[in-house]
Amino acid sequence: MAKALKEKAPVSDAQPAVAIDPTREPIVVVDDLHIIYRVYGSGGGRGNAATALMRVVKRENRPQMKEIHAVRGVSFIAYRGDAIGVVGTNGSGKSTLLKAIAGLLPPAKGGVYTDGQPSLLGVNAALMKDLTGSRNIILGCLAMGLTPEETKEKYDEIVKFADLKPGFIDYPMSTYSSGMGARLRFAIAAARTHDVMLIDEALATGDAKFKRRSKAKIDELRKDAGAVFLVAHNLDVIEETCNRVIWLDEGRIKMDGDPKEVLKAYTDATGK
Amino acid sequence: MNGQSSESLAGFAARHGLKQSAARPPLTTYVQQVWQRRTFIWNFASAKTSSMYTSSRLGQLWQVLTPLLNVGVYYLIFGVMLNTKHGVTHFIPFLVTGVFIFTFTQRSVTAGAKSISGNLSLIRALHFPRASLPFAHVIVELQQLLISMVVLFALLFAFGETPSFHMLLIVPMLLLQMCFNMGLSLVLARVGAFTPDIQQLLPFILRTWLYASGVIFAIPAIAQDRLKNHPWLIELLKANPGSVYVELARTSLIDSYRTKDLPELGWSDNHLWWYAIAWAVIALVGGFWYFHRAEERYGRG
Repeated sequence: MAKALKEKAPVSDAQPAVAIDPTREPIVVVDDLHIIYRVYGSGGGRGNAATALMRVVKRENRPQMKEIHAVRGVSFIAYRGDAIGVVGTNGSGKSTLLKAIAGLLPPAKGGVYTDGQPSLLGVNAALMKDLTGSRNIILGCLAMGLTPEETKEKYDEIVKFADLKPGFIDYPMSTYSSGMGARLRFAIAAARTHDVMLIDEALATGDAKFKRRSKAKIDELRKDAGAVFLVAHNLDVIEETCNRVIWLDEGRIKMDGDPKEVLKAYTDATGK
Repeated sequence: MNGQSSESLAGFAARHGLKQSAARPPLTTYVQQVWQRRTFIWNFASAKTSSMYTSSRLGQLWQVLTPLLNVGVYYLIFGVMLNTKHGVTHFIPFLVTGVFIFTFTQRSVTAGAKSISGNLSLIRALHFPRASLPFAHVIVELQQLLISMVVLFALLFAFGETPSFHMLLIVPMLLLQMCFNMGLSLVLARVGAFTPDIQQLLPFILRTWLYASGVIFAIPAIAQDRLKNHPWLIELLKANPGSVYVELARTSLIDSYRTKDLPELGWSDNHLWWYAIAWAVIALVGGFWYFHRAEERYGRG
């Protein structure tokens, strides 16, 4: 692991250096972050009990365990009021970076410093899929620390924002389409002012109407002096919503700056 | 651009009061956070209880049928076929109380072991003290138990027990057992979150515990003839929390067991409350402390 880090060190030096802007207040500081995680293969065709036993006896690691060095020395500062788009090809480490900021992946080296606890909205399934939409709203609000009274106040707002088809609010969340689920989850998470909100493709499944409203919500969060990170493959969404774009390539920052410039360079490079 | 090299990024972050992402709050703050989530815990449990049997045709009726069927199976095997009732006057109340009370612990532990791994999407999306989840799952089991208790009291009266004030002791007894269960499921929640293998192993451990806890036979009766030469083993069986809560429920509810069966078997019940209180405190405090030590790591991977 240490050896891998050393080998990559000269390359990570090529990333744009971080300039500290003393006039603005930081909310997320990512300092030379390395993320390495392990994946386990199915063991090919030899995944039977006997081989598993031999492995335990010989004290070997599980078969086909690969170490993936997904983020390689990323540094940047996000300031209050930033909406940062993260772009990059599949497997460039975008989602991994967001998970690390949320504290869900431990850094192998370096660190992530945040003010408050970031909230991560991913594409994965519903919050509590066997419960109805309205239960999800109430429980989600209570879990985030809202009082029962505040939950009652916010309830109608969330329902209105999620804009589900009539009646769906009383169905289990497992029956929702991916777009509906994403809308409801976003609506619930946005009911509380988060300092840092990480959105991983969660808006991609929404329709045009929802995109407009979620953009308004993100602007509102920015005005409350929070920061929003947005991962999306739809570059239009990023261009409309974000004031800054980070382009990740193979776990390194390739460019960090004004959306127009970065997105132009990105589309030129990926040959769109 | 790199003119600010005099200050490191970490130093810059520290100067602005930023903290390492997902740091663990101190224990006292954490207790407050969990206490603040009590409405969440209760609502989560109620929602889970009401959605539990929605896919089956008989629906909520299973909440009553499941414990009844359990009793039926145990009565058939241990009451009729193996006849383990020696020394017990009213065997059916004895057996039913034992099965219901032990099931509460058994199911709490099983649910606790899954409480983190089964709620990953919730853990990853929202930030809240993770200990709320094992607590909520024990409350789910408590709500199940209260339904079983209605069945139990119906059976007790049907088998000739008379209502008495002594029966009210079941309330503090259940509260102590609930604290014990919460502590144990906090431990299992942490173990189950990082070592999913425990879920394969748990049914065997729990079944062994069931047989060692005198749920389907009276331990005093066994102790009298078979364990006479092993006094330390008897002390161990007396201290076993599984048996402590089961015996406490029986002495509270079944008059003949407390006043006739136990004295005849030369067994006292003086130790039960002390053991029950000690186990509840040790499990809850220890379990909470142990669970909190990994707070920042739940949901990772």
